[in-house]
Amino acid sequence: MELVMKAFSIREYKDTRSGFGEALLELGRENKNVVALCADLTGSLKMDKFAMEFPDRFYQAGIAEANMISVAAGLTIGGKIPFTGTFANFSTGRVYDQIRQSVAYSQKNVKICASHAGLTLGEDGASHQILEDIGLMKILPNMTVINPCDFNQTKAATFAIAEYYGPVYLRFGRPKMPNFMPDDVPFEIGKAITLKEGSDVSIFATGHLVWKAVEAGMKLAEQGIDAEVINIHTIKPLDEEVILKSVFKTGCAVTAEEHEINGGLGDSIAQLLVRKLPAPVEMIAVLDKFGESGNPGELMIKYGLDTPNIVDAALKTIKRK
Amino acid sequence: MHTVHELERIASQVRRDIIRMIHDAKSGHPGGSLGCTDLLVALYFDILNHNPGDFSMDGIDEDIFVLSNGHISPAFYSVLARSGYFQLKELSTFRKINTRLQGHPSTNEGLPGIRIATGSLGQGLSVAIGVALAKKLNGDDSIVYCLLGDGELQEGQIWEAAMFAADKKLDNIIVIVDYNGQQIDGPVKDVINLGDLRAKWEAFDWQVFEMNGNNIKDILETIGTVKEEIGNRKPLVILMKTEMGQGVNFMMGSHLWHGVAPDDEQTRVALSQLEETIGDY
Repeated sequence: MELVMKAFSIREYKDTRSGFGEALLELGRENKNVVALCADLTGSLKMDKFAMEFPDRFYQAGIAEANMISVAAGLTIGGKIPFTGTFANFSTGRVYDQIRQSVAYSQKNVKICASHAGLTLGEDGASHQILEDIGLMKILPNMTVINPCDFNQTKAATFAIAEYYGPVYLRFGRPKMPNFMPDDVPFEIGKAITLKEGSDVSIFATGHLVWKAVEAGMKLAEQGIDAEVINIHTIKPLDEEVILKSVFKTGCAVTAEEHEINGGLGDSIAQLLVRKLPAPVEMIAVLDKFGESGNPGELMIKYGLDTPNIVDAALKTIKRK
Repeated sequence: MHTVHELERIASQVRRDIIRMIHDAKSGHPGGSLGCTDLLVALYFDILNHNPGDFSMDGIDEDIFVLSNGHISPAFYSVLARSGYFQLKELSTFRKINTRLQGHPSTNEGLPGIRIATGSLGQGLSVAIGVALAKKLNGDDSIVYCLLGDGELQEGQIWEAAMFAADKKLDNIIVIVDYNGQQIDGPVKDVINLGDLRAKWEAFDWQVFEMNGNNIKDILETIGTVKEEIGNRKPLVILMKTEMGQGVNFMMGSHLWHGVAPDDEQTRVALSQLEETIGDY
């Protein structure tokens, strides 16, 4: 509860990608082994300041993502910590085999940093709005998958993945969203953060949906329902302990993510619960559809990824207990 | 240092290893392995500055070789073992359950000498470029070598990498193309014609050399010449003419032995054509 109270005291909107860019610049100053590569989207990825300050450690890869990923794998041989940057679509689906063989199977210390994930990319439409990337990355052995919820958490996550040795997929987005995580909350890979304790239903959310889950928790409280809201910033490895403890207490769950229902956070949590603690689960996700053009807010409503959807899902899963 | 004659004797033994490993595993790729044996022997026993007895992933101050056409792993494993990266007897585990000698090279099992998994084609050149960039940043003036298959040049990523290396004026890398003219489905010119390969690399702003990859003396002399161009702000590529299946008469010059294991009788005939020089594993 304390975290949420603190969150409501912050009323600023910032983009997650800027959190990545700020942290990358600081990392460049702290660690000369940090290098960055970008496939012709330096401004969009907020990598321009790093590129300006460290031209010798920044590689413009051009519109050639496959080469960029494999070059990054090579840079690790010699002790570099490469951060690759492009949109989530071109960071995953386009280069799946390069990631699979040169990065994940080879256990290379590459940080695949992906912006403009999901529907909130907005007007460019479905060609660019990848909703399958979490699934693609989480099924790869050795891969860590992180989807922070706001500017502060993306910045903290960027620092954390530089400290961790191994392949990481870091997913963030385009638009300005509420920046509510206090900037002094430590980011521990694989450790979920409980934002609000509750006893009636567990709401597990990731990325941009975390804020909507917090809002849903408040709406439910108005109806006398005590929801527990948990920020699952790391989808792999999943914080099984926190999830099981919460569902043991509440007896039911809602998952919420800006991703396909197949292969996302909901899948991971459902799989865990089926194996260890069967309980009703409702999933807020895109239901096996491609996205489309529109502004981010309109798209989130149209595809059922908004606060009222989470509230409804909570009421439904409670009834199924 | 070895004499050319000594290197040729090692190459004969490596070719025996290739045939015996593939026969034993009942699978593998003899054609390209036999064709590239002379190059790999020249690299690992003469050209590379490396530390086989003290393998480190980062290879600081060592020359680094990246095998992009990972299917010629039998030749690679034999040369690694015989130059001291791991024990010879381990060659008998090739492609068998629980082996470190996977069908295609892998870092997953921790085999010394392997720095990147390859097998899915087209990625090794980009990886080698990354290694070369890291060496530049580290102030390490060692050389990065990368072997590509000619059929592999059909992968688009090769040309992404070629463009990238030239743009970065990367001049501490020597790429070698195994120009044997064969791939699984037939002669390369009939599958997807590569056209004028020299002109293609030159158009991508690489400096191009040619050599006979089945003549150790020519390999040593050519790579010696190419090394003089290191540091001249241009990437370097050698088109290396080889014969697929070199050393075994019934395997030579045909795509049919790209990825087929010889049976008992074929193995007997093949081994009779390859002198045992420094001892079978």
